[in-house]
Amino acid sequence: MLNWLRRPKYESVERRDIPAGLWAKCPRCAQLVYRKELERNLKVCPKCGYHHRLSGPERLHLLVDEGTFEEWDPDLASLDPLEFPDYAERYRQAVQRTGRREAVLTGRGRIHGVPTALAVFDFDFLGGSMGSVVGEKVARVFERAVDLRLPVVTCSASGGARMQEGVLSLMQLAKTVAAVGRLHAAGLPFVSVLCDPTTGGVTASFAMLGDVHVAEPGALIGFAGARVIEQTIRQKLPEGFQTAEFLLRCGLVDLIVPRPELKQTLARLLRLLGGDRGEVALDQPS
Amino acid sequence: MTSPPDRAQLEQELQVLEQELARLEAAPQEVPDLAARAGALRARVEALREALWREPTAWQVVQAARHPQRPKLEDYLARVFTEVVELHGDRLFGDDPAMFCGLARLDGQPVAVVGHHKGKDTRENVSRRWGMPNPEGYRKAVRVMRLAEKLGLPVVSLVDTPAAYPGVEAEERGQAEAIARSILTMVELRCPVVVAITGEGGSGGALAIGVGDRVLMMQYAIYSVIPPEGCAAILWRDAGRKEEAAAALKLTAWDLLELGVVDEVVPEPLGGAHLDPGRAAAALQEALVRHLREVQALPAQERQRRRYDKYRRMGRFRVDLGPSAPGP
Repeated sequence: MLNWLRRPKYESVERRDIPAGLWAKCPRCAQLVYRKELERNLKVCPKCGYHHRLSGPERLHLLVDEGTFEEWDPDLASLDPLEFPDYAERYRQAVQRTGRREAVLTGRGRIHGVPTALAVFDFDFLGGSMGSVVGEKVARVFERAVDLRLPVVTCSASGGARMQEGVLSLMQLAKTVAAVGRLHAAGLPFVSVLCDPTTGGVTASFAMLGDVHVAEPGALIGFAGARVIEQTIRQKLPEGFQTAEFLLRCGLVDLIVPRPELKQTLARLLRLLGGDRGEVALDQPS
Repeated sequence: MTSPPDRAQLEQELQVLEQELARLEAAPQEVPDLAARAGALRARVEALREALWREPTAWQVVQAARHPQRPKLEDYLARVFTEVVELHGDRLFGDDPAMFCGLARLDGQPVAVVGHHKGKDTRENVSRRWGMPNPEGYRKAVRVMRLAEKLGLPVVSLVDTPAAYPGVEAEERGQAEAIARSILTMVELRCPVVVAITGEGGSGGALAIGVGDRVLMMQYAIYSVIPPEGCAAILWRDAGRKEEAAAALKLTAWDLLELGVVDEVVPEPLGGAHLDPGRAAAALQEALVRHLREVQALPAQERQRRRYDKYRRMGRFRVDLGPSAPGP
C-alpha cells in the first residue's frame, strides 16, 4: 500500500528553516547544523547520528567509484495510463524539480573496484513510488546483470506502489520479483540496501528478496503504514516499531551499516559473495 | 464520474421492492392473489435491477464485491470442487485461518487449492481476520504450492481479500518478505497455475497468491492497488469521495481486462453472484477447467517462459528522447 505521505516533516522542516541554505535543522535532535559540515559528514547529523535522506545522485556519489558509472535507460518516462486525477501535473512537477524522469536511477559502476549493477531510488521523486517505469528499470537491472554476469545492489527508498497507475503499479511487484528470480537462478548475488523509508509494494517485492539485507541506521522499513496499523488494532505502536533496528531484532535484515562504512561493507560483501568473479577477475589491474 | 442522484433513488427503491417480494414469498399460501402479486413484483424488481446494473458505476461494483452475502471461498469449495481436504500450517510458526490451503478435485482431476478465507458471518470473520492473512498464511500457501509442484498437480488460487493483515505481529514476522516470497514462488512454479479473483483483490495481499498462467476475474470482483477510501483520503483528504476514487482507480474486471492484467471476465448473474451462487459457481468452474486444460497442454518450460513474459510485459511507459536529464 502506498504511504509516502507519512513523515512529511523532514522535508518541510528542512526547506522552511534554512533561509540562506547555510544551516540545516536535524529532524531528530532539532539542532542546527552548518550545511557544509552536514554534507562533509555524508548527511549524517554530527550531533545525533541521524541519517538524512539522500537523493539518487547523492547515493551514487557515495557508493560508486568516481567516473565509473554508466546510466541505463534514463530515457524511460511515465505515461498516464489511467488518466488519473492530477497525475500528469504532479509527474511534470517532479521531473522539473529533480531534473530526472523517474524515481529510480539504474546503471552499472564499480564499488571499490567491484563491477556492479545498481538501482538507486529517489524518494524526492513522487515518494520513490514504483509505477510502470520504475518496475521496468528495476527488472532490466536484474536481467542485464544476468547477461553481464554482474552482482546487483539496490538502494530502495519508496512509499510503495504508485497509486496513480493503479493496478499496473501493483503488477510491477510481480515483474521485479520475476526478474530477481532470474538473477538467483543465474547464481549471482543480490544485496538489498534498505534506506529510509522503504515500505509497501517495494518492500513486498524485490527489496525483501536479497541474499543479504543491509539497512541504514534508523531507517523506516515495513509493509503496512503505521497509521493503517494503528487504526486496525486500535492502539499506539511500540516505540521504534518498523525501524531498521526493529527489523534486525525480528530477523528480517542481516546488518545495519552506518553510512560512512556503507561502501566499504558493500565491496567486502560483494567480494565474499563471489560478485567479483566475472568481469573483475579479467580486467582489474591491481 | 459520480453516480447520478437518481441511481441512489433506484437502489433504494430496489431494496424496498426486494424486501416486499421476500415478505410476499414467505407469506402463507392461502393469501388471495399471492402468485399474481408476487409475479408482478418480481417483474418490477427485475426491470429495476436491469436499469441499475446494465452499466454499473465503479462504486456499485465495489459494493457488490464486498456484499455480505457474496459467495465466499467455502461456497466455491463446495460447488466447484469435490473431495476437498484442507491442509493446515506453515511448518514454521502456525496455522493462519485467513488462508485456506488444500487438495481437491476439479473436474475429476486432483489439484492444490489456495485461497483467502473470508467468513460467512461476523463471528467467523473475527477469527479469520476478514480474510486478511498474516505472514504464516502466505508461507502455508508457499508450502502447499511447492507440494503441488513436486507432485505435478496444478495450482488453483481463489483471491478474495481486503488486504494483507496490517498488524504488529504481521510486521514482526515479515509480512513484506512473505508476500514477496509467495509472488516469487508463483512466478517460478513448474506446474500450471490458474487464478480467479472472486471478490476483493486487495493490493499486495491479493497479488501474493494472484500470479498465474491465467488470471480470471469474476464480473463484479475488484482488484486495486489501494482501497478507494484510502485513495480518496490521500488525493482529496476526504475518504468520503470514495466513489470518485473507485472510478479513477480503474478497478473493475472490464478495466483490468483492457489493461491486460486479467485474461477473462467470468460472468455473474446481473447484480451480483449472491443473487444466484449456483450459477456464478458454475460459470467459474467452466472457466477454470477450460483455462487449466489449455495451460496444461503446454510443456512446463514453455509455460514458465510465457508466465515470465506475461508479467514482464505489464505496465505502460514511453521512451522520451528529449534532452537527457542531468546525470549524477
